[in-house]
Order: sequence, then structure tokens, then C-alpha cells
Amino acid sequence: MVTISSNLLYISFVLYLVATLFFGGAIKAKKDIGEKKGTNRWGKIAVFLTIVGFISQVGYFITRWIAAGHAPVSNLFEFTTFFGMCLVGAFIVIYFIYRTPLLGLFTMPVAILVIAYASMFPRDISPLIPALQSDWLHIHVTTAALGEAILAISFAAGLIYLVKVIDQSKASKRTFWLEAVMFGLVTTLGFVLVSTLFSAMDYKAEFNWIDKNNQVATIEYTMPAITGPHEGELLTKDKFEPLVEMPAIINGKKMNSVIWSFIGGFILYGLLRLILRKRISAALQPLVKNINLDFVDEISYRSVLIGFPVFTLGALIFAMIWAQIAWTRFWGWDPKEVWALVTWLFYAAFLHLRLSKGWHGEKSAWLAVIGFVIIMFNLVAVNLVIAGLHSYAG
Amino acid sequence: MKDIKCECGHVNPHGTVLCEACGKVFDEQSKDKSLLDMRYEGSARRSQTYNKSIVDKIWNFFSSVKVGVWLIVITLVASAAGTILPQEMYIPPTMPAEEYYEDQYGWFGKLYYELGFNNLYSSWWYLVLIAMIGISLVICSLDRVVPLYKALKAQRVTRHEGFLKRQRLFGTSENVIEQDIAGVRERLKAKRYHIREENGDLLAEKGRFSRWGPYVNHVGLIVFLIGGMLRFVPGMYIDKVLWLREGETKVVPETDGQYYVANEKFILENYDKERDKTFEAAIDRAGMVVKNYQTNAVLYKRVGPAIPGEKPELKKVKEHAIRVNQPLKFEKFALYQVDYKLDELNTMFFSLTNKSSGKTFGDIKINLYDPKPKYDLGNGYQVEVLSFFPDFEFAESGEPTTKSRIPNNPAFVFKMTSPEAPNGETSFVAIQQTIEPLGDNQYKMAFKGIETKNVTALTVRKDLTIWIIMLGGILFMIGVIQGAYWNHRRIWVQHKNGEIWIAAHTNKNWYGLKREIESVLANTKINIPIDQIESQKVDKEGV
Repeated sequence: MVTISSNLLYISFVLYLVATLFFGGAIKAKKDIGEKKGTNRWGKIAVFLTIVGFISQVGYFITRWIAAGHAPVSNLFEFTTFFGMCLVGAFIVIYFIYRTPLLGLFTMPVAILVIAYASMFPRDISPLIPALQSDWLHIHVTTAALGEAILAISFAAGLIYLVKVIDQSKASKRTFWLEAVMFGLVTTLGFVLVSTLFSAMDYKAEFNWIDKNNQVATIEYTMPAITGPHEGELLTKDKFEPLVEMPAIINGKKMNSVIWSFIGGFILYGLLRLILRKRISAALQPLVKNINLDFVDEISYRSVLIGFPVFTLGALIFAMIWAQIAWTRFWGWDPKEVWALVTWLFYAAFLHLRLSKGWHGEKSAWLAVIGFVIIMFNLVAVNLVIAGLHSYAG
Repeated sequence: MKDIKCECGHVNPHGTVLCEACGKVFDEQSKDKSLLDMRYEGSARRSQTYNKSIVDKIWNFFSSVKVGVWLIVITLVASAAGTILPQEMYIPPTMPAEEYYEDQYGWFGKLYYELGFNNLYSSWWYLVLIAMIGISLVICSLDRVVPLYKALKAQRVTRHEGFLKRQRLFGTSENVIEQDIAGVRERLKAKRYHIREENGDLLAEKGRFSRWGPYVNHVGLIVFLIGGMLRFVPGMYIDKVLWLREGETKVVPETDGQYYVANEKFILENYDKERDKTFEAAIDRAGMVVKNYQTNAVLYKRVGPAIPGEKPELKKVKEHAIRVNQPLKFEKFALYQVDYKLDELNTMFFSLTNKSSGKTFGDIKINLYDPKPKYDLGNGYQVEVLSFFPDFEFAESGEPTTKSRIPNNPAFVFKMTSPEAPNGETSFVAIQQTIEPLGDNQYKMAFKGIETKNVTALTVRKDLTIWIIMLGGILFMIGVIQGAYWNHRRIWVQHKNGEIWIAAHTNKNWYGLKREIESVLANTKINIPIDQIESQKVDKEGV
């Protein structure tokens, strides 16, 4: 069952990749994509592949649920994968409202990155600690992930908007920040590639080190250590000696992964720039030239409108109900809770700015991008960096 | 402050921008604009009309969405700042917070502590922020909902030309046959529009209730905040921890001595990788994964009145295995599994032994929570407990003392009486150590063994604010769904200058409205209204 499950996930991953290529083809092949013209043959194939991939991923989800005996949303790998699945699902729904393949060209790569990122974490089926043994696990987590995924669609639409509207002929703050978003996406890919590379090489280096309570501990690095642990001593032979030693309160291993991701990101980005001979956003611009800006703006806004209630329900209300049952109180200022509140406040501000201050178009698109950054921060940094009640995932 | 009488005969309150009934533009400034600002229907909002007294000023401050958004953003940033380092409630109780932050995080930790960020969410300024958001919610909503309601109620079917022309979706058609209009009306009806007619003019409207969504959700938030405030009212909220040893029965705090709870057994189970094969890899990686924390508890109720000093008479109410996610509930209370301590020292065994011969003269069993003053072993042998230090340490003065009443490190001063030493020999006995302060003894207390017990910690919770909080949450969800998933759409079909004018407005989702109009007007001679925002842009780009 576990093998079937992983194979289904693998199949869906490949299908998403192929579908993205077809979405690209759909844009290239189409001379005139007005909003009402519908989708050409390439686009239809792309959507079909996406749906098949989605069904395959649902298959992964169900088989893994059967194998584990609980909904596979209980660790970082499972949750992030599920988030990717919701992203694809949300895209399919929105596609059938607006019928624009271009949205697929921007959403699918994000979903692929999310799933690839997820698979860098331990993929074992983990047993549930007592706090997680509740039906609210699937109710709360799935609703929250779905809400975040719908909100992420607004990021994809916002990105399309920005790529189209920002003048790439001269460098400005706007080109810089848009490029920074692109670089962020490339760096995620960098992390995935570097991790895959070293795990394929089976790199393992063990260190003895002194933690912040002055205790000796051992830690295993799976990437060559650039930043070593505090007073670290390399135990494995013929492995890379750390270049810099970290103080005890900084986790040298995590820092090391971050640095490697950036190295990977820089190399990839550099290569892309060499090949493209312009900014990534500038290279993407021709793809979006036929899309109607108001139309993209509306997709972005509607995703927020649809996603916000779902997010509130899943990430705050269901979360509070469960917290009351499991942790004795519905709200306890745990970092994950706080960041759910931050996300909620952010989108509340977004809606108010849009409704009353008339922040449409570009401003709204930037907000959609920032919103996604906050969601990703809550998903990644809060679990890995800021410890709390939710960090059973790492 | 005069009311404004419109040419259509409707009397509007002072400050109105668009006539509530026909939509004629009053405000001179907006007359030049090609499109109307339709927010709040151009109704007379108090905040936009009066700005004299101090009340006006406060009202205007809090009714501003700009202020509201700033409050949201400041709260957002402050909340995020509170997660940089753990809050005081999450730090281990090993040392005072004052030292902890500096010790663990250096100068930054010290600064964090000095700024009061260690208890950020209960700081006065954070609460002030929340309170200001609450006030802003009330005033913003009142400022808008009342005039908006009046305006939507007063609207007439026939609208002023200037109003129709300056809608975002607008179009005119000549030579339209009446049959087409009838067809349009039927199709609008089929799309669940509510239709009103007046002199052959037509107003189709649907989803007006979605306009109330924001106000409903704001009411929900206010109810929620009130619920949060009620926590500070005495008696509404109880948060106590009860430590309970196996076999122990204690009164449940805050129940007026009515309820007692007993811990029959505390169980801690780990996953077994032999039995749970699926999890083998994960267990290997994590080392040990807890499967269950459980207290087999029995709840008792006192029978009869409480008499001080007397043992209460108890009646069993129920048995319940308290586990995480499965609290024991009774009346308004709930008992939760929150903590535990395994193998706490409970009983110690010693035997009185002759040091030279090794012969023993009887064993004693000391309950560390209730040591007897004297243990008689018969035949002239007797052991007295002169002093007992459950959690022994040497005080600064060098005197032995106890840190707490928990027997973490028990120590005794025994007086051993025997036929050989009828006046008794004194011995100080602690773990792994014996001191004979008054010279060599013939007898010693030989350590025989210990008995341990598990201790469970239960949180005693009563929260009468939950229902209000839940009501707030439900109202918020209703409001937000009402506002987000429905749209308020209006389509005007009117006879003007011998033409048919069509104008349409929606509070959001223009794409959906346009598609709806297209399908309604399909196969008629009526022109599809154009989107004046888009055509403006096309004009600009064309130039």
C-alpha cells in the first residue's frame, strides 16, 4: 500500500510537469487569447493532464491514509504535499470559472515546487502523538491547507499581473522586487536540487558538538558543512571540515542547508540569466502579453474572497475548537497560532484596502505576493526555525 | 443642516452625494467625473458630513478605514514580533525569566525582556491595540450600514440619466421592440433577479443581502472580543492545575468542595515498532514516540454538608480515562491530561542492622508523604524519626534543610534505640550517605528499597465565555460567507429619449455580471453594455 501510494504521488508529479509544458505550449501556440476565446487543443491537453495528475495524487492521499490509519497530514512532508494538491485542486476549479490556461502556466510550477520541496523532508509514515489523535486532525489541517491554497492562487494571478505590468526596459524598485520573488522560487528549486544531489551521493558527516546548555551532543549533516556546529568535532573520516563555526544558539545544520540552498539558487539563477540574457520576469513577459490585466486582477481578488472564509474556518475556527479539546484552551499564542492570525490580519487588511481605498491592480497584486510570502513563512520557518507546539513536524 | 430635496421629490439627509431615490448627483465635484463612486451608494455618512465637535472628531477618526487598516497592520507586526523568541509561558521553569532570556539569547534576549516582549500579548499596549480595533469595528460599521440601508431601501426603479450614464457598465440601444424587453425580464427572473417595474422601466436586483455581510461579520468579531473580555470577570474562567498521585483522591479546586477526583492509575505508552510495523522507520528516526498519556480517573461527589476536619462522604459519579483530546467533563468543568511525572519516590524501606554482626532486627516502611514519628520493632528495638527532609540540601548556614515538600531527595535523622544503647544512637541518613554526628554507632539503618508512584497533572478548566466566543465565530463566518460568496447585482433597463438604456452595477465580480448580462441579452436587439473602465484604457492605449 505504501509503495502504491508513493508511486501515485510520483506519477502525479510527472504529470504536473508535463502539463506545465503543455500550458506553455497553449500560450505560445495561441495568437489571440482574449478572455472569451476559450482554450486551444494544447490547453485542453494540459488541463486534462492536470486533472489526471490530481486524481493520481488523490489516490496517493487515500492509499496513504489507509496505510497509516490516519489522514496523511501529520508531518511536514505530508502537509506540504497536501498543500500542493490543494493548490492544483483550487487551480482546476478556478480554471473552470475563468478558462485561462495562462493561470496554469504560473500555478503549476508553484505546485510542483511545493511538492518537490515537501519530498525533501522525511517521508516515513509517522505515528500520531497523543495531541494529534483526534478527528480534528483531518478537519482542521485539510481546511486550513485548502484555504491557503486558494489564497496562493491569488499569488499566481498577482504574479502574472506584475510580470505584465512592470516595465522591464529599465531597472527600478519594481523590477528588483519582482525579480526577488523569481529568485525566491529559483532558490526553492536550488534547495531541492542540492538536497537531492547530496542524498544521491549519500553524504553523511557526524559531529560531536556542545549545545547551548553545555551538553555534548551528536548531529549528522547530510550536506557538506559550511557552517559547523558549536565547538563541533568531525567524527566521520574524509568529510568536509566546516569553514565557519556557529554559536550554540544557532542551529548550524539548518543554517548550512539555508546557505547551500542559496548557493544552488545563485548558480541556477546565474545560469538562467546567462541563457536568457535578461531578467527572468522580462523573459516571461512575452508569455503574458495577451492577457487582460483587469481580468487577472479579478481572478486574484476572487481567489482571496473565496479563500479567506475557508482559511478563517480552517486555520482559526477549527483550530480553536481543537485547541480547546487537546490543549485545554482555544488560543495560547503558540507561534503557529500567531502566524495564522498574522496571515488572517494581512488578508483582512488586503480586503479593506481593496474595498475602501481602491487598491486595485498593481498594488493589489503586490499584496497578493506578500500574502503568499507570509503563508510560506508560516509553513516553513515557523515549523523549522521557531519552535512551538506545532513543531512535531521537523 | 438642511435636508436636500431632489428634483424627483425625494428628501435626502444632509451630506448625501447621490439622491437615494433616483441617483441624481448632488456633489458638484463628482459631476465632472465620468464614472460614479458607488461605494455606500453615495449616502450621507456621518463621518463625511460633520467635523465640528470633539465627538465628531473621534467618530471620524475611528470610522476611517485608513485608521482601521493601520490598526490591523500594527497589530500584525506586533503579533509577529512576539514570536521571535518564545513567550514567557513557554520557557522552561528552570530559572527566572529575567535571567533566562539573557542566558539563552544574549543581549538580544535581554533587550527583548526589557521591552516586555516576553509577555507581549498581555501587555497593556497590545490590549489597547485590540480595544482600538474593537472601537473601530463598531464605529466603522455604524457609520456605513445605517445610511447604506436607508439608501438601498429608498432607491426607485427609474433613475436619473446622469446616474445611469456614469455606471461602469452602460449601453444604449435604439429601435428596441417591447418583446425583447419582456424576454429580458423573463430571463432575469429565471436568473433569480428580483424585478421591480415603474412606467415601463425595470430594475432587476439580486443578492442585496450580501451587502450586509461585512456588518454581520463585524458584529461577530465584536461579540468575539466581548467574549474575550469576559474572561477577566471573576468566576467566568478557571485555570488550575491539579497534581494527583496514583491512589490519591483530591478535591477539585473551585468546585466549593463538591467534587473529588481520584487517580487510580497513570499510564504512559510508547509506540512499539514491533507491533506498529508501519511506523518502524519513523520510530527508528525519532527514537521514541509517545502513544498515550492516560489517567484512569474516578470522579466523586460529596454527599451531605462539608464539616471541617472530617473526612467527606463521597459518592462515585463516573469513571473516565482522561487522555489527551478526551477530557473528563462534568457540569461546567473539564479535566485535561496535561503533564505527568513517572516514578516519584513514595515509600522507603530500611532495616535496623547491627553493624558488626550484620544481624537485622526488623524492617520499617516509611511513607514519604506521611512518615510516622516512631516505629516500634519490639524486644526493646525502636526507631524514631527525629527530622525528615523530603527534598534535602544544605542551607548556606550549613544546616540541613528541605527545598520543597516533594520527596525528590529524602533525608532522615533517626534515633535508634536498642538493648545495647537504650538511650539511642543518632544517625543522619540520606541517599548514598550516612553521617553519625555523635560518634560511632553500633547500629545502622540499612537501606532496603523504594517504592515509586506515577503522578499525573490535570488542568481544571471552566470557561463560561466559550459560548459567546463560539457565537462570535459563527456570526463572523456567516457574515464573511454572505459577503464573499454572493454579489449584489443590479441591472437597470430604462426608456430614455426614445432609446433603451441599460446600466448595471455590482459590488464585485464584474466578470460574472458581464457574463450574466451577455446571456440575458443574447438574441435581442439590445446592445450589450460596455465596460467604461476598460474602454477608457483602450482609448488611452490607442493614443
